[in-house]
Amino acid sequence: MTALRTGIATIALFAATPLTAQEITLYSGRGETLVAPLIETFTESTGIEVNVRYGGTAELAVLLNEEGAASPADIYWAQDVAALGQIKPVFAELPGEMLEDIPAIYRDGDNRWTGTSGRMRLMVYSTERMQADELPATMAEMTDDRFAGTMALPPTNGSFLAHVTALRVHEGDEAARAWLQELADNDPVIVSNNTAIHTAIADGEADWGLTNNYYLSRFLADDPDFPADHALFEAGDIGNLMMVAGAGVLESSDSPEAAMAFIEFLLSDTAQQYFAGNVHEYPVRGDAVAAFSGIGVDYGTASEAAIEFDLNELTDLEGTLEMLEEVGLL
Amino acid sequence: MSLSEGLSVRRAPADRTFAQGAGLLVGALMIVPLFYLVLRAFEADFDTALSMIFRPRTGWLLVNTAALTAGVLAFSTVIALPLAWLTTRTDLPARGVANVLAVLPLAVPGYVMAYALIGLSGNYGFMAEIFGVTFPRPYGWFGATLALTLYTFPYLYLNLRTAFQGLDASLEESARALGCGRAEVFRRVVLPHLIPALCAGWLVIGLYTIGDFGAVALMRFEVFSYTIYTQYSAAFDRVYASWLSLILIVIALLFVWGESRLRERQSYARTGSGAGAGPRRTALGRRGRIAGWAFVALVATMSIGLPVSVLTFWMTRSPLVAQLPDLVQSFGQSLSVAAPSAVLAAGLAMPVAWLAVRHPSPTSSLINRLAFVGYAVPPLAFALAFVFFALRAAPFLYQTHLLLVTAYALAFLALALGPIRSALYQARPSMEESARALGLGPAETFLRVTLPTIRPGVVAGMVLVLVIAMKELPIAFLLAPTGFRPLAITMFSRTSEGMLLQAAPFAAAIMAFSALFVGFILRHDSKVGGSR
Repeated sequence: MTALRTGIATIALFAATPLTAQEITLYSGRGETLVAPLIETFTESTGIEVNVRYGGTAELAVLLNEEGAASPADIYWAQDVAALGQIKPVFAELPGEMLEDIPAIYRDGDNRWTGTSGRMRLMVYSTERMQADELPATMAEMTDDRFAGTMALPPTNGSFLAHVTALRVHEGDEAARAWLQELADNDPVIVSNNTAIHTAIADGEADWGLTNNYYLSRFLADDPDFPADHALFEAGDIGNLMMVAGAGVLESSDSPEAAMAFIEFLLSDTAQQYFAGNVHEYPVRGDAVAAFSGIGVDYGTASEAAIEFDLNELTDLEGTLEMLEEVGLL
Repeated sequence: MSLSEGLSVRRAPADRTFAQGAGLLVGALMIVPLFYLVLRAFEADFDTALSMIFRPRTGWLLVNTAALTAGVLAFSTVIALPLAWLTTRTDLPARGVANVLAVLPLAVPGYVMAYALIGLSGNYGFMAEIFGVTFPRPYGWFGATLALTLYTFPYLYLNLRTAFQGLDASLEESARALGCGRAEVFRRVVLPHLIPALCAGWLVIGLYTIGDFGAVALMRFEVFSYTIYTQYSAAFDRVYASWLSLILIVIALLFVWGESRLRERQSYARTGSGAGAGPRRTALGRRGRIAGWAFVALVATMSIGLPVSVLTFWMTRSPLVAQLPDLVQSFGQSLSVAAPSAVLAAGLAMPVAWLAVRHPSPTSSLINRLAFVGYAVPPLAFALAFVFFALRAAPFLYQTHLLLVTAYALAFLALALGPIRSALYQARPSMEESARALGLGPAETFLRVTLPTIRPGVVAGMVLVLVIAMKELPIAFLLAPTGFRPLAITMFSRTSEGMLLQAAPFAAAIMAFSALFVGFILRHDSKVGGSR
């Protein structure tokens, strides 16, 4: 891998105009605390300078749509799949050999983008008021009467919208609408985002919720006694959805080689280990990474339980929004 | 001069021509985002757009928006009017301090205020952790109203303060001499003179309220602006979002129109001969002083003490590494945009205000209403409009410092316009006329007579723009030069990875730096500082 990476970097360097340092522009929906150290390493090893525009994943996707071919960006790095699906038409194809180690569930089927780290959907619950075996065994069971008024729900959260979209793809629109209606009728505690699910649980406003895997570790890092834990649904249930943060190279890029080298770097052992250790997300190349040291469900258990699902089908967020409005959750 | 004398007997039109030219430029620039939104809106499938607009949900979201706006306007008046009176018209001790405390909440970013109110309460909140007391959480209409009021009331305070200071005390004395009681003087003399300031403050707060989605989202109160944001950010849609934005702008412009109707019918400047008397101060007495300071302290505790203590609490829990170099650099970058934006906004607002006050006409009314468009357009739509036009018309300007400053100046022009216009209403045209009669040119008259008179208004306007530009986000995301890291973006890119505690120092820095700047300006401008 390292040889391949160096090879690509070398090609990228030779392709550059002599005496001019290569420069690429990255639109990053991922935050500076995460990205900056990686870029430093990348620039040290390849000599390629990276200009980063930090912003919200959605805002940057809207910006890229507006800019079209005139975009100064070479790479877009998004926090969620829906944004990648939006930009997919203007992404260039990534070389097949770069992605051969990446399982299909982590990347675009047409190689237009790749996941850079996995973000598992799972349940978080109050260890003060619930036992793990009281939780629903499947996503379908979430609407059971016994959970009336106990679940924290963020209807406008991007990950939740994507997860409901996955349910629509998997079970059909009718079943998904019925599920949402029952969920809405079950008097959920409406919150604004995933962080708020956790604070609502700690505050006693809610007992459990459906969230992403990396939030709990952040709370535990700040407070080891944070009163919550993770639980998975049954193996293969649509509830156990592995989503990704991912990146692609824009077709309009004027330094595609250098941009490809950066994507290659994000998939390297160094970067993959860094994601696991620093933000408690799952590597997209499990073979390359030492045992996951994060808190909560470990990589092996999570990837075994995760459903095989084509993330590219998660494009119709608008339809999901309409459905949420129909059932009165929005 | 000879040409101008032929055209006008009273005043040479050189100043008017200049003001009209500048005013038309402002109006034209304000049409840019409107043009963009209409262009996008026409890409829509008409039936889909109609079914999206005419549904019950739109109706109750508008009702919620109206309820929120009414609440915020009422609460902020209850806070700002007594505060402005206390600091300008009474002998309250340490009025300078009270004045700074009344303006500082502007420096609090909305999301910090909402987090503060939420973080204060609940089992896992600040009060429970420190004192073991669990407060119920302020949510819904009340929570959103409270959060928005606590950091927007200074807009009204600053406007009212300028108005109180410009009020000619001899008017009140005449009223008293003619047999009016104190209450009657306030109702019949003072209050009518405060109307332009009240309207200007209400307008800015009202427009802010209908456009805000950060605080309302955290408070789980759904309003119209929220659907616009969701349409852009969750549906990645620019077409139907444009329809919704245009609806919001129509509502906003109705506000603007209503305000102008109230304002333009009145005349507020002194017309009589002789010097105007400065404001007289009411002696409060011992109890009055204690009550006055109790009120100031209550407001300051809620609006400043709360967010500061919650931020401090977060910061004690995060490993606070030496981030000073980062902070200073980010501060420099924030200031390098915010300061020129403030100057440019005030510079553009002056001719617009001048036209409204000195040369009222249908054109000047139109320009004055258009001046609010930048503030009324949802920020994301506003920024997209400038992306669209810069890439087509001036690609060399795209994502440059200059474009960002221009966009900020236009987006926040309305903030500078209010205080400047209020100040101009109270400046006496006869002074300018005398200066001109004594041989001063129009530019000299403006610099030596008008500007010194309206300086408190200009300074207040610049402070408002500066402080909001320090904390603004969506426009910076899209239009800032790539690699630019002002405080607000740095703070956001930490919270976006869930590192709320690591973001706290930057949120604190935004507040501290804005506060220092506000304090510095207030201290060095005696007319605004009002310690005498």
